[in-house]
Amino acid sequence: MSIIDRRLNPGGKSLTNRQRFIRRTRAQVRQAVREASAGRSIKDMDKGGTVTIPADGVTEPTLRRASEGGVRDHVLPGNKSYTEGETIPRPPSGGGSGRDGAEDGGGEDEFRFALSDSEFMDLFLEDLELPDLAKKSLKGEGAPTWRRAGYATSGSPANISITRTMRNSLSRRIALKRPKADEVAALEEALAELIDAGADEALIAAARAQLDRAKSRTLRIGFIDPLDVRYRRYEPSPTPIAQAVMFCLMDVSGSMTEHMKDLAKRFFTLLYIFLKRRYRHVEVVFIRHTHVAQEVDEETFFYARETGGTIVSTALDEMASVIAARFPATHWNIYAAQASDGDNTPSDTAKTIQLMEDGILPLVQYFAYLEVGSDDEDGPVMPTERATLLWRTYALVVKQGGEIAMRKVRHRREIFPVFRELFQRQTDRASA
Amino acid sequence: MASIIAKPDRANTDVTARLYDGTHWDFSTIDRIYAAVEKIAIGEMGLEVYPNQIEVITAEQMLDAYSSGGMPLFYRHWSFGKHFARDEIMYRKGFQGLAYEIVINSNPCISYIMEENTATMQTLVIAHAAFGHNHFFKNNYVFKQWTDADGILDYLAFAKNFISQCEERYGEAAVERVLDAAHALQSHGVHRFPRKRMPDLRTEQRRERERREHGEQLFNDLWRTVPVKAKKAPNADEMQRRRALLGLPEENLLYFLEKTAPRLQGWQREILRIVRLIAQYFYPQRQTKMMNEGCATYVHHRIMNRLHDQGLIDDGAFMEFIHTHTNVVFQPTFNDPRYSGINPYALGFAMMEDIERIVREPTEEDRSWFPDIAGGGDAMAVLRDVWANFRDESFVSQYLSPKLIRQLRLFHVNDDEDEAELKVEAIHDERGYRRIRRALSRSYDLAYRDPVIQIVDVDLAGDRKLILQHRVTNGILLEETGAQAVIQHLADLWSYDVVLVEVDDQDDDVLNEHAAKARPVFGSGGGS
Repeated sequence: MSIIDRRLNPGGKSLTNRQRFIRRTRAQVRQAVREASAGRSIKDMDKGGTVTIPADGVTEPTLRRASEGGVRDHVLPGNKSYTEGETIPRPPSGGGSGRDGAEDGGGEDEFRFALSDSEFMDLFLEDLELPDLAKKSLKGEGAPTWRRAGYATSGSPANISITRTMRNSLSRRIALKRPKADEVAALEEALAELIDAGADEALIAAARAQLDRAKSRTLRIGFIDPLDVRYRRYEPSPTPIAQAVMFCLMDVSGSMTEHMKDLAKRFFTLLYIFLKRRYRHVEVVFIRHTHVAQEVDEETFFYARETGGTIVSTALDEMASVIAARFPATHWNIYAAQASDGDNTPSDTAKTIQLMEDGILPLVQYFAYLEVGSDDEDGPVMPTERATLLWRTYALVVKQGGEIAMRKVRHRREIFPVFRELFQRQTDRASA
Repeated sequence: MASIIAKPDRANTDVTARLYDGTHWDFSTIDRIYAAVEKIAIGEMGLEVYPNQIEVITAEQMLDAYSSGGMPLFYRHWSFGKHFARDEIMYRKGFQGLAYEIVINSNPCISYIMEENTATMQTLVIAHAAFGHNHFFKNNYVFKQWTDADGILDYLAFAKNFISQCEERYGEAAVERVLDAAHALQSHGVHRFPRKRMPDLRTEQRRERERREHGEQLFNDLWRTVPVKAKKAPNADEMQRRRALLGLPEENLLYFLEKTAPRLQGWQREILRIVRLIAQYFYPQRQTKMMNEGCATYVHHRIMNRLHDQGLIDDGAFMEFIHTHTNVVFQPTFNDPRYSGINPYALGFAMMEDIERIVREPTEEDRSWFPDIAGGGDAMAVLRDVWANFRDESFVSQYLSPKLIRQLRLFHVNDDEDEAELKVEAIHDERGYRRIRRALSRSYDLAYRDPVIQIVDVDLAGDRKLILQHRVTNGILLEETGAQAVIQHLADLWSYDVVLVEVDDQDDDVLNEHAAKARPVFGSGGGS
């Protein structure tokens, strides 16, 4: 008998099969994931979960008998009072026994299973992509890769370069006139011939001396000398890694209700999750503003109250200075999302436009403006509705060639569609 | 320790003799347990087993093993992922516990035991799987005839490699399509009878010579003068010949496709063969489920009792065992909401115990029903013989005793679609014993339970349509959507039209028909 402890074996033996299963049912699972995520709170957004898909795509058909019809015999245990020949009313379902039930859930209409966190998010964000190319910075902290860089005279035996070593050895042997093996053999032969022919003693002695000289030279000059050996040299080189910073700008003046903040928060969360999947390092900067702007932490950003007027340009100013101080645009992929109810001080418009065009838009990869409305006005956003001041301001920027993605959102359920619309793959958008 | 109550007649109550205390175990405990169990199983019960290999695994690994039929390695396919996903959620949500063990019919015989089990459970599992099932695998004739315990793991390794090579070469999607189709036909990809060997040339010659000599011996010129009937129509002959050439009728659908499907490529045939051979490997398990479990349950019950008698396990451990054992062999009655058919553990164990009783202390009734074994004295010898030479169906029809029928209060109900009510055909009385026994035995007969489907003809002269027949017994037709989907797969593999006709077994009436046209999913071209 032998006992084997398999507990330490790598797990996840079924992983490939599982991935194939998900791939096969991709469309259905994706739909289920979208539906499941609609009802989720932000904190759970990047968790896995149970999804239910229709069983059509995953049935494994077999040839088996129908569970109804025909003449069937059952032998059952636990007879209470029946006697031979007695008749029993037919039970409502099946043929009086549960034996013919579905064996492997094949008879069910739905198939339920659990997705892991990463599977869930993969499907959730599947056909989205980041607009604009990612800049790669060389100052990253990624593990260096090793690159070939010429030859060295020292190194590990595994790195010996044989061709280079042999080349050195050959040139040294030629330079120092090391006798070749066939030269030595020829001398030996000549000596043997002289001896055989019974030649003059002096001649034999001369030949012998010549042979001895050749032999001792062979010994003194090595075939390969430590001097010849060369090693392949490797140099560490930094791998460029992509890093991103995400700016969340939000108006926190009195006119922003809790509902609006909630909408904004949902949008920021989605963006954060999305960026996190595309970049190894994502930094988040929260800038809130009233008539003054300040960089705050997440908690303060979403929950602290502040009163005051509304001057949008302060936030843009703050953002520009943070970029200048900490996130040089050459090394960072900069994304910004602004949420606001659309208020601004009229006198600020000109400055906002100027800041956007000269200060912000040239630096950022992407700027999304999300206008949040209150929930009580139901129905779609009316085109005739008077646009807010900030909306008109940004519309002007767009008109002059600036790229701002602008959307209006009123209800929680619109967040995800709007998000998808903004980040949908270009090809998809074109064909849609 | 203080609560150990030793019976006075117990031979050995020495605490130090115990195999383990409490629930904890480690590898040396397992070693001691195994040695003690082996002593009883081999020494006292005379079991004969493959060498054992016991593997300790985690719950997650158990789930992994589930989804591939318990085998340690298997080729990759999405359906296993599906089973894994389902089992996983059932387990996580607590709808279903995990098995205590999985045992593989291989040589050496591999038993998986879970790390969560208590020491008592490990003892039980070792007795049950490593000796009970192991003995059954090694000795039962169905396994001997159909499975190759020495080669199965190597074969699975080959299958896995071959299929992944195919995936690299022909693409995952192409391989997946073949596997999907093969899996759909898997239930009809087994040989139920040993195949007739094709005679080789030498045998043919010898037979021909013998036939001629026989003819010469019997030669009588008078026969020439007897008038003979005109020869049969050549048409029928032609059909016979064609069928014989193709080996029809053939019930092993996968085998037929592998050998004769006109447009499959070599690797596709090999995949069909792999699926077919694996189905064949599992076929004996389906035929002997009840006996196999009965045998293993009987063995563990006996061994645990002996360990307790010898004082090797304490009363607490024994109580834990009794608790688990009674759960395993619990048989709800037919009107219980928990009822889901006859529990193979319960019936199997009850029958083994019953045989032991008949051999040891038979009643008059037993003597008349089982004259061969009643009062024979050596129960283990009888049981070993039973385990070697029967399968579920023959076992029930031979050894289900009237006493057990009464004890389980078995009754036989007939459910006829055309009647308004169910009819009780037989109950546990003198008139009913044999009828109940016959009906129950029949319900274990796979040849009767699985639909009988055969390939009966191929229209070689015409459009190469493949014709299958389902012999319908008792008017039970095939399940419609499943059958249609399977026939479609079959048509794709065959690459010409396929029709499945359901005909009544009694009067050859056509009851239903499924037809499918081939789709060009298995690549174009004339194959290799």
